[in-house]
Amino acid sequence: MAQHKVNYLAEGGTPVKLTTVDKIVNFGRSNSLWPMTYGLACCAIEMMAAGGSRFDFDRFGTIFRASPRQSDVIVVAGTLTKKHAEFMRRLYDQMPDPKWVISMGSCANTGGMFNTYATVQGVDRVVPVDIYLPGCAPRPETLQYALMMLQRKIRREPAGMAQRAKRLI
Amino acid sequence: MRAYKPKDDVQKKSYYNDRFYIKPTLARGSVYDDSVFSADYLSLKNQVEILDSYIELDHLVIYINHQDNVKAIKHLKEIRAYDFMMELTAVDYLASKGGFEVIYEMLSTSKRKRLRVKTFLKEGQAIESVYPVFKMADWSEREMYDMYGVVSNNHPYMKRILMPDDWVGHPLRKSYPLQGDEAASWYEVDKIFGKEARDIVGPELRDSACVDRYDTNRFARLGHEVNKGVPISEGNEPDTPIRYQEEGGVQLFGKKLVTPFDEIEKTTLKERK
Repeated sequence: MAQHKVNYLAEGGTPVKLTTVDKIVNFGRSNSLWPMTYGLACCAIEMMAAGGSRFDFDRFGTIFRASPRQSDVIVVAGTLTKKHAEFMRRLYDQMPDPKWVISMGSCANTGGMFNTYATVQGVDRVVPVDIYLPGCAPRPETLQYALMMLQRKIRREPAGMAQRAKRLI
Repeated sequence: MRAYKPKDDVQKKSYYNDRFYIKPTLARGSVYDDSVFSADYLSLKNQVEILDSYIELDHLVIYINHQDNVKAIKHLKEIRAYDFMMELTAVDYLASKGGFEVIYEMLSTSKRKRLRVKTFLKEGQAIESVYPVFKMADWSEREMYDMYGVVSNNHPYMKRILMPDDWVGHPLRKSYPLQGDEAASWYEVDKIFGKEARDIVGPELRDSACVDRYDTNRFARLGHEVNKGVPISEGNEPDTPIRYQEEGGVQLFGKKLVTPFDEIEKTTLKERK
């Protein structure tokens, strides 16, 4: 008969660990952030590199999904044109709650060097942004750092927070 | 969308005048300097009226009336073997001449010669489409319409190609401001949320020359990051230490289940110092 190794006498003699619902839910959420396979410009190249084997997003539980219906995070990687803004918002609306937005690179943050008629001057005019990631283009490490900051943000707030409807804009 | 109000020539204003500026010009040769070009010229002259012609940078340049454009280009393609249309576009001369110059760049792959046909249109006039002669003209004429508002008659699909269909104005005109007119600046907000949301979203921050260390809308100083829009000033710059992971990993079980975030920050800072 196999001897199982659980020591029932440790920690007060019960095979029970205590934690909070918030912690266990946030643990699951923050360690399986699935971003959408969605790139707009050169930042998307860095995002792809971050997803590849060298930088290896998978070790954060971050696996790119091909559908907004399966995604938790949208990384706005690149210049958002005014023509495309409508479609980006539609993709964001198609994502199930809870959902988060990383604005990657100068163009997505503020319009960057494209101070022209055709460029959205910051994606926060269209969607609510959680993490602003500076750089032109940010290195894959920077995107990983942004993702870890997002994980921290998720772990810090109550699990119900993300379920609450975000402000419209 | 609001009604489009015509602007003054906003791009005309020059901020710097070079006192010794000499306008660059190119040497123009006679058509008869080149035997191939002179033959082309004489052949085309029998077909359409030629207003001006010269050789510039090994290109034969021919000015014609805009009514003759299809006839001239068809002749050049079928008789004179200019079998490739490289470029079709317009130039804005609204301020100086009140119209557009439409340009056709053509290449003869057999003769290895390049030729440029130019024609002038008054504002509001339409040009005949050269789509039946060169299929390439399809997108170029749509782009010409999109960017300059020059309409081509008998084009199969005269629609904007780059800008959205409900865009106001033609962006490559000199009178169009580079940072967009009012309709452009609110375009995405009006389209997605409706005009009511203008007050919530607020105007665009367009002043690229404004660099303010306390501007938390567009910039954040490293190590002093705060949430977007939080007012900070001199002496009131909260430190945000750079940390790469929670201390000791992600705590799921343990005696202290919930560590206040500020407490973690304090110990981290102390350890680092």
